[in-house]
Amino acid sequence: MPLYHDDDQAMLAETASQFMAEEGAIAKQLRHWRDRDCKDGFGHGLWKQFAEMGFTGMLVSEDDGGLGMGSYEAGIVLEEIGRNLTPSPFLASSVLAATALKHADNNARERWLPGLVSGDHVYTVAIDEGAKHRPETIKTRAEKSGNGFKLTGQKDFVLHGASSDMLVVAARTSGNDDDADGITLFAVPKDAANMSHDAVRLVDSSMATHTKFDGVELDGDAVIGEVDGGREILNAMLTAGRIGAAAEGVGVASGAMDMTVDYLKQRKQFGKLIGEFQALQHRAAHLYSEVEIARAVTMKAAQLLDGGSEKADLMASVAKAKVAKAAGLAVKEGVQMHGGIGMTDEYDIGLYMKRDRALQEFLGDMYYHAGRVADMSGY
Amino acid sequence: MSDHEAFRAEVREWLEANCPPEMRQPVKDEDDVYWGGRNATFKNDAQKAWFEACRDKGYTVAEWPEAYGGAGLTPAEGKILRQEMSRIGARPPLSSFGIWMLGPALLKFGTEGQKQKFLNEIARGEIRWCQGYSEPGSGSDLVSMQTFGEDKGDHWIVNGQKIWTSYADEADWIFCLVRTDKENKYQGITFMLFDMTSDGVSTKPIKLISGNSPFCETFMDDVKVPKSYGEDIPGYVGEINRGWDVAKYLLGHEREMISGAGGGDRTAAIGAAMKRMSGELDAVLRAELAMFDVDALAYSAMGEKFLDEMKAGKGHPAQPNMMKYVGTELNKTRHELMMAAGGSRALEWESEETRGGKPARNWLRTKANSIEGGTSEVMLNVISKRILDLPGA
Repeated sequence: MPLYHDDDQAMLAETASQFMAEEGAIAKQLRHWRDRDCKDGFGHGLWKQFAEMGFTGMLVSEDDGGLGMGSYEAGIVLEEIGRNLTPSPFLASSVLAATALKHADNNARERWLPGLVSGDHVYTVAIDEGAKHRPETIKTRAEKSGNGFKLTGQKDFVLHGASSDMLVVAARTSGNDDDADGITLFAVPKDAANMSHDAVRLVDSSMATHTKFDGVELDGDAVIGEVDGGREILNAMLTAGRIGAAAEGVGVASGAMDMTVDYLKQRKQFGKLIGEFQALQHRAAHLYSEVEIARAVTMKAAQLLDGGSEKADLMASVAKAKVAKAAGLAVKEGVQMHGGIGMTDEYDIGLYMKRDRALQEFLGDMYYHAGRVADMSGY
Repeated sequence: MSDHEAFRAEVREWLEANCPPEMRQPVKDEDDVYWGGRNATFKNDAQKAWFEACRDKGYTVAEWPEAYGGAGLTPAEGKILRQEMSRIGARPPLSSFGIWMLGPALLKFGTEGQKQKFLNEIARGEIRWCQGYSEPGSGSDLVSMQTFGEDKGDHWIVNGQKIWTSYADEADWIFCLVRTDKENKYQGITFMLFDMTSDGVSTKPIKLISGNSPFCETFMDDVKVPKSYGEDIPGYVGEINRGWDVAKYLLGHEREMISGAGGGDRTAAIGAAMKRMSGELDAVLRAELAMFDVDALAYSAMGEKFLDEMKAGKGHPAQPNMMKYVGTELNKTRHELMMAAGGSRALEWESEETRGGKPARNWLRTKANSIEGGTSEVMLNVISKRILDLPGA
């Protein structure tokens, strides 16, 4: 399969690009909700529009009412989300939670998927415990209790947790904190008793929660997949989510770079366009190279995942790390090359820097994933 | 069976019958490569048999027309042949700057007479060519070159000096950029062809920081270059004073080759091999290796995308410059890390264990990657100007 869009994918890219530039634009969404101190961190109206476009259920199978598309197509939409800094529950709901629900039984799929596809519901995932992404260790416990389970522990960096109708929670049902086995995934509804959210606004104006489970009672139906068999589903979620986050990062990088290159062609100092200075040209050209490579490896990782390749896991980490590097460079060079106005809230370039910082951290940063590449390669 | 499958089966059978087992081993030493030419010698019978079989089949230049010594394969067939050769590890039967550089220039700019004569000689390995481009005072700013050909009616008298002429001391002929109009910078250069045994031509090998090298200096002292070698065989390619067009085309071609050849060595991850070699890795070195492997594996995906897009006629035409820039910088980093992981053993300059100081010599040699064929700085200029459309670049 060649590493570029086929006709259908090119059409999707055009549609998504146009839609996000119009409806998901920075002024219309990110700034609009931020300046109103919106507690969701995104607009539900836009989420309904996502549904009308068919985006919400892209990864949901056609039998379940979705479009049955792959990670590559989700990446096309995410790149446009990244380019426009469009706040939405797409990555958490339509990529991560949707991937988990693929492994759920009929009852659970019937309960949760229609609301996702229609844009009436928003879901999220609760994986991290602590300030860094370390999914190898899971301390949150679900003890057997009657016909169901009792969930105890705390999750952090739960994206829009307080606005979510359901949380996919990774918990330990047996073994020790660091064991690979003994993990079970639960679909926890928002009205579950003894669950509490401490909602915090993050640097990029998005909302996340520290979510406490203080003996949350769940019945057996809440289990996604098999009891003690959740690690595999969790890994599938992580791979899809990391590739998705990488695709969004490529969009953030591209958006920041384009804005900066445009600025180099407009701003005059010393009687010249600053884009005439070779000191800046070379940095811009280097940045272009890095962003191109980041996009290529993200597309490759998605293609591998959609093709069922066992290399997808490794390439997902390569992509997440490479995009972190490239997007980090794009936003840092962006602010620097904009000079003083790059520091002002009025200009958008700083918003790219903020979004990049949050996205870098989500599902593992550059250091985590480079280390993972070394581990998986055997050194 | 489709035509392509039939062709693949045919190629497979032919290779099985004609490629000796010795020629299916990786190239280890310089004399494993057969360059052809008037004074060529074969290392062994297998090398000779393999070359002659390919020559007679047109497989030294498989995609050139049969009339010029090729096999007239379509690009798709050429790809199948390359895939099948690489599948059994077959060595190239013939290497030469005639195949890589002059041939493409003649195919695009040559007269029918030039193609008949020179392309056939190249395809049959009879004449070995070298390339006279750079001068001591003209590296990145190649167009400032001074080697001058004075017009004497039916010939020129050429004086000047070229540098970085690979294998000039072993080549039979040279394709050489010569200034023929001092008033006109870009439209005052002629792409000349002449015999290296002409009176007044001399060469001197250049020793590099990595040791001996194929590079030479080439001196031209009142060298007589005919304007014609026979009917429809001019002594220059393209038009007189328009050699820069040919040179530019070849530079683009060269960058495309360098970037297209990005596969294999340049894109492989190295961390695991370094650990096997040196046991425990220092924590920070391990981290640097991991970051390098991320870059290398990502670049390999870029290489795949680049080639796919090129084949489909998509992608930016200046993209080879980006590939060349990143690929060569990456290769330099690779060898820095290999030296670090190799420790004091990697410093040995002549020992048997290092096969004559390979780690150190290879490391030093990679420093030229980002200089030859256009420096990294020139690549960045081209990206700024042609891709990012920055002003006055």
